[in-house]
Amino acid sequence: MRVYVTLKPSLLDSAGRTACDALRKLGFDELRDTRIGKMIELQVEDYSEARVKEMCDRLLANPVIEDYRFEAVS
Amino acid sequence: MRVAIPRFPGSNCDQDALHALREDVGVDAEYVWQDATSLTGFDAVFVPGGFSFGDYLRCGAMAARAPVMAEVARLAREGRPVIGVCNGFQVLCEMGLLPGALVRNRSQRFVCQDVFLRAETRGSLWTEGVDRILRIPVAHGEGRYVCDPETLAALEGEGRVAFRYVDAAGQASDEANFNGSASGIAGIFNEARNVLGMMPHPERATRETLGSSDGLAILSALRGALARS
Repeated sequence: MRVYVTLKPSLLDSAGRTACDALRKLGFDELRDTRIGKMIELQVEDYSEARVKEMCDRLLANPVIEDYRFEAVS
Repeated sequence: MRVAIPRFPGSNCDQDALHALREDVGVDAEYVWQDATSLTGFDAVFVPGGFSFGDYLRCGAMAARAPVMAEVARLAREGRPVIGVCNGFQVLCEMGLLPGALVRNRSQRFVCQDVFLRAETRGSLWTEGVDRILRIPVAHGEGRYVCDPETLAALEGEGRVAFRYVDAAGQASDEANFNGSASGIAGIFNEARNVLGMMPHPERATRETLGSSDGLAILSALRGALARS
């Protein structure tokens, strides 16, 4: 499983903003925004979408400030 | 009549808290390791600052789920005084005992300096003795308080904003709000106002040799509360 956790769009992602500024200084003028999040790999037996969602809700993401999505990878 | 100071791997204000409570506030306080399953015999809690569990995942996320915090939640529900300072504030938010979250300072920098605080209500055990603008140090990189607009309206409307960042004259301003918190919020209460979370460190301002004794105006509440319990 891969879980992706990102700051909500309404919140300033200062690390992303800094990376964006740095990339633009390197000449990547086409860049409009950069958002930095976390990717969390989970190795699970008997994949259950409901169980992974519960892991996200109970620990991996903070619903006040973050969004998450996940996908199964082999 | 004792105050529990839960300790986590990475706590670093625990010794300051114990010393301030025992020597300057004059209450009995004891450390409690994070895997404790009972706080029987304790009447109040001081969740100290630091970098619990190395700030892994999110500040306070791991500590919020440590065994001892279920007991902290029980004491909070029973109306006992609970204070979380700095990382302790982050832990209380991660537990859901307080609403909202603390994110990276607007400046992106770790800020270590004295700030001025205005108590926004004296209608709580924590602020009933605060009769002036307080000068207390902050030391954090992630102390910008955020919450959704409905929560902010509720905090303001219900008198649950404990402290706001102000200037020396007591005026709120964008400059005084150094970390960019919503409405300049430095500390908040739960609905019953027995749980206080704040980023500034009252335990670092308990005697003049430390530069300020203004933290006593807040922490002395424990003496009164313990005497009543």
